[in-house]
Amino acid sequence: MAESSRVEALRTALPQRRKTASLWADALYRLSRNKAAILGGTLVILLTLTAIFARYIAPYPYDVQDRNAANAIPTWMLEIFPMMKSYAVISDKFPLGADYVGRDMLSRLIYGTQISLAVAYVGPIIALLVGTIYGLISGYFSRWVDNIMMRFVDLMYAFPSLLLIILMMAFFRSTFAQSEPGTFAYVMNKIDERFGGMLFIFIGIGLTAWMGTARLARGQVLSIREQDFVLAARAVGASHLRIIFSHIMPNILGPLVITVTLAIPGYITTEAFLSFIGLGVNPPTPSWGSMISDGSQAIRTYPPQAILPALALSITMFAFNFLGDGLRDALDPRLRGTQ
Amino acid sequence: MGRYIARRFLWTLVVLLVLSLVTFALQRAVPGGPFDREKKLPEEIIRNLEAKYHLDEPYWKQYLRYLSDVLVPRIVKGEPKSLLEESLFDIKLWDDYHLRWVNLGPSYSSRSRTVNDIVREQLPVSFQLGVAALTIAVLIGIPMGIIAGLKQNTIWDYLGMSVAIFGVSVPVIAMGPILVWIFGVMLKWLPPTGWGAKPPYILFFIPSDLSWNFWRYVLMPAFALGLGQSAIIARLTRASLLQVIREDYIRTARAKGLPERLVVLRHALRNSLIPVVTVLGPMFAAVVTGTFVTEQIFGIPGLGKYFVTSVTNRDYPVIMGTILLYAIFLVLANLVVDITYAWLDPRIRYE
Repeated sequence: MAESSRVEALRTALPQRRKTASLWADALYRLSRNKAAILGGTLVILLTLTAIFARYIAPYPYDVQDRNAANAIPTWMLEIFPMMKSYAVISDKFPLGADYVGRDMLSRLIYGTQISLAVAYVGPIIALLVGTIYGLISGYFSRWVDNIMMRFVDLMYAFPSLLLIILMMAFFRSTFAQSEPGTFAYVMNKIDERFGGMLFIFIGIGLTAWMGTARLARGQVLSIREQDFVLAARAVGASHLRIIFSHIMPNILGPLVITVTLAIPGYITTEAFLSFIGLGVNPPTPSWGSMISDGSQAIRTYPPQAILPALALSITMFAFNFLGDGLRDALDPRLRGTQ
Repeated sequence: MGRYIARRFLWTLVVLLVLSLVTFALQRAVPGGPFDREKKLPEEIIRNLEAKYHLDEPYWKQYLRYLSDVLVPRIVKGEPKSLLEESLFDIKLWDDYHLRWVNLGPSYSSRSRTVNDIVREQLPVSFQLGVAALTIAVLIGIPMGIIAGLKQNTIWDYLGMSVAIFGVSVPVIAMGPILVWIFGVMLKWLPPTGWGAKPPYILFFIPSDLSWNFWRYVLMPAFALGLGQSAIIARLTRASLLQVIREDYIRTARAKGLPERLVVLRHALRNSLIPVVTVLGPMFAAVVTGTFVTEQIFGIPGLGKYFVTSVTNRDYPVIMGTILLYAIFLVLANLVVDITYAWLDPRIRYE
């Protein structure tokens, strides 16, 4: 008796499990057939490894200055930038040359992956976590809860998000820097300093990243909560939490994953942008944005100092764009070629 | 439709009001003030300065004073007695009476200039750059998307979409220095930095001298800023054209013997451009915020520089003024886009 009911339970459970596995397996298969996505994915993995092992790969620390080699360029680069022969310090000590205070460009580029990649991962995680939960609650309970929650999102959404981030960053930087030891702000500031200014960038991006996901999640929930399987779950007495997280959420995750992946290049540019205008990472922590900013001051005389970080940033953007497009096509073939 | 527009317009006003409040609150919540210097100013001087700029009043009073200065038009006799009384719009009514409206206040860091001056002189420059970038985005994006869509899976399609993925992947802060180096430094075709337009402007922003001397400064920054947006337009135009071209009415048009050119021009294109309108809102936002990096890279004397330095200098009126200006542009652009879209697709209004 017990045996047969177990078999019965297995039989009903199996097809369902196979089906969910095959959706993602299918997507993975389609992804593996997409050459651009494979290229993007490989680059993303390489960049991630570079960021993790930066300290072992980089030939020099990112903040050590060699005043004698300021603005130095290696011999091989003279072929690309011949005009520099007449005035630049030529030194093969640094494989990609040195910046205006004599720090190794290559090492700074390598360490620069850390902040860009960190933003690339943390941005979507915040957007997914906060946005999905917010959207689930709002969409599931509907009525006045939904009304209040969505009006708030509408208001936040109408704000120009970059302006908001800039204001926030300026606010964090100056308030928290002057806080007394022992307070919350002080602890935050210490953590931020420890990570070279990344924490506040995460908060700034996180504050504005979740709204789009919340809206999308809510819309999805609204259409799914009326379906029969939700009614069935409710009929057998499942709790709200259980319905939300084990019945509705798995069904809305696909489109959400697609949107947050496609948003990654946006987060990377936001960070580069903030560092470019001097509100991002704290010097001397390298960020490609601040390197471009420093380099473009001297673009007429020492062009590689701006062009190298610009290339690094573009390559990373390419990688994430390719991967995002591929993931979208793989997870939802109907959307192919849109966006 | 009228009700929809009215509702959206009210909502826009609410957003602007809240934004001004948030900006104001964030500035004042930060410890310290605009007159903090490396070498501390004497207590009395700070007190005098604060009294002059009404910074010694309670916060609510400061905020209301700012709002009324900006919003309420005034009829005043005579010339402004000090920079504090000067306004953005000053219209002579009769005799010695002037109508003054929108006083954005002084700039704490440069004593001889007000925020009104900054807006008068710098906003047109930023606006010229923004309009040029948008024009380039549309002029490149739409034809590229149409060609790619009409010749799907040919070399034109692949070429167009490769350019598009290049465009979305190279942000303006990467594009800018590369362009400056290639065309400004190596080839010396275009000046690497600077701006060619000088006041007076026609209709606030069109330079009176539209010769090559203006364009040679505009081309590079506008292209750097517009390319990414043109890529987004191209991808969307292509996708939407591919969808439309499979509709029944296109088949009908072909079946009744309409020449292909007319099928595309009259039936397909018109419908496929509707979704493109929706990206114009976010695109406008990207261009507006993109102007401040572009201005920095290409050394353009626009509003962006003032905005960025004012944030670090705690120059309250400049922060308020520039943020509100940017916000007005963004919010109004979204309003226009939403209304256009609701007009094109009536289903939107009832959502």
